[in-house]
Amino acid sequence: MGTTASQLRKDLLSEYQELTFLTKQEIILAHKRFSELLSKEDRNIPTPRVPMEKVLSLPELKSNPFRKRICHVFSTSDMKDGSLTFEDFLDLLSAFSDSATLEIKSHYAFRIFDFDDDGTLDGGDLEKLVNCLTGETDDTRLTTEEMRQLISNILEESDIDKDGTVNLSEFQHVISRSPDFVSSFKIVL
Amino acid sequence: MAYSVDFNLRPIMELELESLRGDDTAQDSMTGTGLESGSRETLEMEVLTTESRDRLASQMSDVRERADERSEESIQTNLLVRKRWSTTTLRVLSSMPSRSIGQQSRLEIISQCNIRSTQLRRYHRQTQDVSLSSRPSIRGYGIEADSEDVCEEETKRQELVNNLQSLSAGDRVRMLRATPLSLAEKTKLRKLVFSDKVGQSLLSSQVPCCSLLKRALYHIWFGCLFILSSLQLWQVALKRLGGRFGTGVLSYFLFIRTLLLFNVFLFLINGLFLVLPQAIHPPLHTPSSHRVTGLELFTGTGYLSNSLMFYGYYTNSTINTSCRPDEITAGTGCGTTSDPHMMAYNIPLAYCFTIGITFFITGIVLVYSMSKSFGRSFRVFKSQGNMAIKVFCSWDFKVSKKMSVRMQSENITTQLKELLSEVKGGEEEKGRLSGMAVHLLAWSISLGSTFFCALGIHCFAKYMHLNSTLRRHEDAEGEVSVVHEARLLALPGVVSCGNLLLPGLFNLVSWMENFNSPIVRLYVSIFRNLLLKVSILGVLCYHWLGKIAAEPEQHGLQCWESFVGQELYRFLLVDFIFTVLYTVFGEFLWKRFSQGVLRRRRKPVFDIARNVLELIYGQTLTWLGLLFTPLLPAVQILKLLLLFHMKKSSLLVNCQASRKLWRASQMSTLFISLLCFPSFLGPSCL
Repeated sequence: MGTTASQLRKDLLSEYQELTFLTKQEIILAHKRFSELLSKEDRNIPTPRVPMEKVLSLPELKSNPFRKRICHVFSTSDMKDGSLTFEDFLDLLSAFSDSATLEIKSHYAFRIFDFDDDGTLDGGDLEKLVNCLTGETDDTRLTTEEMRQLISNILEESDIDKDGTVNLSEFQHVISRSPDFVSSFKIVL
Repeated sequence: MAYSVDFNLRPIMELELESLRGDDTAQDSMTGTGLESGSRETLEMEVLTTESRDRLASQMSDVRERADERSEESIQTNLLVRKRWSTTTLRVLSSMPSRSIGQQSRLEIISQCNIRSTQLRRYHRQTQDVSLSSRPSIRGYGIEADSEDVCEEETKRQELVNNLQSLSAGDRVRMLRATPLSLAEKTKLRKLVFSDKVGQSLLSSQVPCCSLLKRALYHIWFGCLFILSSLQLWQVALKRLGGRFGTGVLSYFLFIRTLLLFNVFLFLINGLFLVLPQAIHPPLHTPSSHRVTGLELFTGTGYLSNSLMFYGYYTNSTINTSCRPDEITAGTGCGTTSDPHMMAYNIPLAYCFTIGITFFITGIVLVYSMSKSFGRSFRVFKSQGNMAIKVFCSWDFKVSKKMSVRMQSENITTQLKELLSEVKGGEEEKGRLSGMAVHLLAWSISLGSTFFCALGIHCFAKYMHLNSTLRRHEDAEGEVSVVHEARLLALPGVVSCGNLLLPGLFNLVSWMENFNSPIVRLYVSIFRNLLLKVSILGVLCYHWLGKIAAEPEQHGLQCWESFVGQELYRFLLVDFIFTVLYTVFGEFLWKRFSQGVLRRRRKPVFDIARNVLELIYGQTLTWLGLLFTPLLPAVQILKLLLLFHMKKSSLLVNCQASRKLWRASQMSTLFISLLCFPSFLGPSCL
């Protein structure tokens, strides 16, 4: 972050403004909220990282079933532990902001839904995705038979090259048919 | 083998073309190139410079490549073909946007951006070269690039930097922003791109004279936007509502905010150019002997009728600052003065111009936002329930409360199960004839009730005006009684009653009809409500503009415009009062009733369509009345402010999130376009 105080440097601010879809106020607010998540010792490190548990305590993410995946996708940590620096946090907010393009949103949505990080959405990914959507409790989950049928229907509809998985272009094609994706793929602080 | 595989894929590919673009040109270029198998060169498609075509091309080549991968012979042919290319080409090809995003390292993302920026540059130059992206991608063979990743990345990055530097400043920013790289990467890229322009800001790159002007305009525009966005009106409240109820209900409150900003704009312009000059130079008029009772605030008569509120107050002449203001309202001007006046302000002209310009700007803004949102949300109306779309797109990330998240999960589960059972069992065959009869009955009920309501209002209005005329002739000298004033409120009361009760009837009727698809039900209900409002407004306009404007003396009025203005003011107020009453008693009591007596576990649902139509109705009244009552936007502003807080509290206490599907973006398009038409009704009164 380049600063130990709770102020963000002006040149950094304008740089972030240029490179992300966030406005100045949103960046300042993000900085404030990020600093609140930091522990006392971490505040003096040049580029502090917030551990995943702290990030997940944000009210905007607390109940979101995809919260862990979101942290993993935006994290640039070498240890793959889902911890976020301030810039990762800004990336997150930028992708989920009001003015982000459909392409950015669909790119990151794809990565969030790709639970095993192999670059395609196969049957296992889709099953985990549907389980996230339908909730934790048993009475809302689909039965095995329904799940199987659902996944085969999804693959039938979206898998154009019939290789059993959905890749990024196919995913983006499906997304482009739904006008509500952009408005529902939003998180605002 | 390869031939047969190709043959099978052709219908799929063509289907994809149609659904992707629906473009004849794209299809022609596809078929034109001829998709014979075994010849790589045909895949080098020309003239595909736009991004979607690039996607098409990559998909096509993807499909082709997949097909070829499956057959062993074609793999061998691939190897043979590949060896003919140079190593640079191979390296470039192997780092093409690959299928695997996880392995899609920064390398591939950078190459993709490279390609895009190259295309952008070429698009601007309007050349039609064969772009790199049209080469077939041999993604499956991209593994070999791993070992050379580091220097690859550097080469690609350098290429990207070069490409970016050759773009214009605005494009560069947009390109960088839209790149799905991490912020640290983008910072590095940016430093490289601007390494030769250290210290300068992005916008000050090239400086010919016309771009100075553009820059100035840019700064002004962004300054205005910044001010507007920094107002952050109701930000916290909106976030709370969105977190609990989702995007659909949020769109209603955003609509209120949009209307509020509109009205503030109207008020400011009118106030500045019209009300202020007149307020500074008030015309002298005979002081009327009106008792100041509290009722004036509601009826707009008495003390208020000769005030800034209404048309009749404004002088029909030019104001001069050095001139003494001693004219009567519709009287002569101040033209006999011989003093050289400092500033001549022609009131009638100002009146016309101000209001005309306001309408004009409003119309333009509405049409612009309508076209923008229409473009965004126009899709083929496939109501067969596409499962992939439902699974990928239906999660609303804005919802943050635990209860609401659980409700959303339940909704999605229900919808998925319904879809699955539909697919499995096929649709039920409902009795055709009985369905038709029910629909006919429903439509006849709704249309009939609308017609009778309009007729009733017409007769009642005639009766009221006749009555008031008689009374006016009777009470010509004496003071006007409070009862008589209160009678003026009767007509608005009746209209508001109709507006409140009939939509309830429509809801009942549509429940009876039992539609298959919720979207159709929504549109039918919106249409019926709209018809009701349009017919009521039509009858009223006919009355005011047709009858009263034509023969004002018959109704005993000095100034018909003031009267119409007062009527509209009364309508607006009474509408608001009835809304308050309905919210407090209707929703609150209904909740008590349904939970206590009917023993339903779930609270009532917020009816978005109906509430939005109410808003549009109120705004139409404001626009209609703008000509006659320049201060009406102020009333509307107050009303909207109060409405926001009232609806918000009512929502939080009484209602819960809806189970129905709400297509937020399509609905907001519809509402903006519905708002457009009444706005043109206003100027037509001019």
